[in-house]
Amino acid sequence: MITRFLWQGVDRKLRWFIALVLAAGIVPVLLNLFTPPGSALHVPAWALQLVGKYLCYAALALAVDLVWGYCGILTLGHAAFFALGGYCMGMYLMRQIGSRGVYGNPILPDFMVFLNYKELPWFWRGFDHFWFAAPMIVIVPSVLALALGWFAFRSRVTGVYLSIITQAMTFALMLAFFRNDTGLGGNNGMTDFKDILGFPVQADGTRAALYLASALMLALFLLIAGAIVGSRFGKALTAVRDAESRMRFLGYRVEGYKLFVFVLSAAMAGIAGALYVPQVGIINPSEFAPGNSIEAVLWVAVGGRGTLIGPVIGAVLVNWAKTYLTGALPEVWLFALGGLFIAVTLFLPRGVVGLWAQLKAGRERSRRVAPA
Amino acid sequence: MSAPRSTSALLYLSGVTVSFDGFKALNNLSLLVEPGEMRAIIGPNGAGKTTMMDVVTGKTRPDEGEVVFDGQADLTRLDEADIATLGIGRKFQKPTVFENHTVRDNLLLALAGQRSWYRLLTAAPTRAENDRLEEILAVIRMRPQQHMSAARLSHGQKQWLEIGMLLAQDPKLLLVDEPVAGMTDVETETTAQVLREINKSHSVVVVEHDMSFVRALGVKVTVLHEGSMLAEGTLDQVSADPRVVEVYLGR
Ligand SMILES: Nc1ncnc2c1ncn2[C@@H]1O[C@H](COP(=O)(O)OP(=O)(O)OP(=O)(O)O)[C@@H](O)[C@H]1O
Ligand SMILES: [Mg+2]
Repeated sequence: MITRFLWQGVDRKLRWFIALVLAAGIVPVLLNLFTPPGSALHVPAWALQLVGKYLCYAALALAVDLVWGYCGILTLGHAAFFALGGYCMGMYLMRQIGSRGVYGNPILPDFMVFLNYKELPWFWRGFDHFWFAAPMIVIVPSVLALALGWFAFRSRVTGVYLSIITQAMTFALMLAFFRNDTGLGGNNGMTDFKDILGFPVQADGTRAALYLASALMLALFLLIAGAIVGSRFGKALTAVRDAESRMRFLGYRVEGYKLFVFVLSAAMAGIAGALYVPQVGIINPSEFAPGNSIEAVLWVAVGGRGTLIGPVIGAVLVNWAKTYLTGALPEVWLFALGGLFIAVTLFLPRGVVGLWAQLKAGRERSRRVAPA
Repeated sequence: MSAPRSTSALLYLSGVTVSFDGFKALNNLSLLVEPGEMRAIIGPNGAGKTTMMDVVTGKTRPDEGEVVFDGQADLTRLDEADIATLGIGRKFQKPTVFENHTVRDNLLLALAGQRSWYRLLTAAPTRAENDRLEEILAVIRMRPQQHMSAARLSHGQKQWLEIGMLLAQDPKLLLVDEPVAGMTDVETETTAQVLREINKSHSVVVVEHDMSFVRALGVKVTVLHEGSMLAEGTLDQVSADPRVVEVYLGR
């Protein structure tokens, strides 16, 4: 049943794309591990780290698209779920440092020693075990999404109001995580990680493994999202997006549909955040910044809302441009981002992947006009 | 609040009042629809016909009055999905179909039965469901268009699709708001036939301005005016009523 569920919505195009993602995961890793550093084919570890980061962003974009593109919920708070997953991973990584910290305390992370904590806060318990941290990466964002969605969807908060609530959520979390007495590293967040699952985080082999894991995650998310979108549930979901009240008059409990994708999508964002943190080596409260969530929506818009391939392409393109521009012309980046947003809304309503269809339609129209 | 009285009527409205900022869209309206009946409702623009349907389907809560379905269910306390599940289907004044879905998928979404999100994740359409879809496509004469996206249908075709969706939903009571608006004479005539056909197994309430259509239906007519019932009877009887002539037909 599971296999039927997974294959039902995965059409040929998506199958190829998933294969492509898998290839993009495996080939560079092989080239990194089995070619000598001087060779033209060698992929350096820093490149894996950079693209691995993009893949996590792509997974976040896919999560945003599932709720925005397919269910019409314009979430402006998904970076919060990403950051929460990241913090869960960060807590695990902090506990792995053990007595190798600056203060050498075997239990307390450095920032706690510095802030005169006498013992580990209760919510840190268990995070020294991966078997505990791993489910938390999924559970923490999901529970928050469930609580928020439960109230918002049942009281029929939609549109702009829902967007504002999600912005408020991520903003409130940012303020809370900035505080030192929250017990999660405050301003500086968590960094200086040493090991993950017993392997040194900085080692090339670990980097390669994290990169591969990111690609596998993205492929899996594409498969799950494809299955959901292609199911009868998916048809109902897009119907809710297009004519919510009509669905109610047909007897559908619209809240259930929204809540399911919202929670699932938050869980996906959490996992993406958890793989992001060991690759960038730090997690701090700026990940909750409201602008981050808005940027994620922009990736989806650029790639193509309501398609599964679009958000992946959009996330990678925009972040690649960001890496390039913030290096080459740092003062230009924000303007470029704003300009991009306007350009996409005006000229590319269906994103990069919609461009092809748009061009074809345009050609047909001009052909029809031409003979007259 | 007293318990809703039990009644043999399928739909029972009594003393229903709805006001929007002091303006009474429905004013002490009472209405009875018997099981198996088809009722036509006419009335000038703004008479409250659509508001009446909003009240019955849970979209609008009345300020006062009773709305009872099937002798027991108090519709003023239920929400849209509950009411739909009880067996009340609705066609909107402005055709609302799912534009991004195919004709067939529109019907599939409306088909009675599966509504819960966790079942639909793994459910494939059953043999029986596919057969039913074929039947409905035949009734609304849209088999050739079944794989076309609903956005590409003409206005009249959308009206038909919506009627098909009502059939798929298989409710006990159908509320049909202005089904022939924007249709040609031939389409109007066919629609009247289809509604009479549907009425053999369902109760129907039709709102319509088109008098030739109402005449073709040949059923009891209720005239609404300023949120209340003005007259009731055959079309000939109400047409002869001087008050009706004054507010509506005479204009
Ligand atoms: N949500 C609302 N807010 C304010 N006024 C409303 C609302 N809905 C309806 N009305 C008013 O209530 C009155 C009755 O409207 P309704 O739509 O029920 O009329 P109708 O009989 O269906 O007319 P038509 O033949 O034009 O469809 C109108 O004057 C309308 O402007
Ligand atoms: Mg109306």
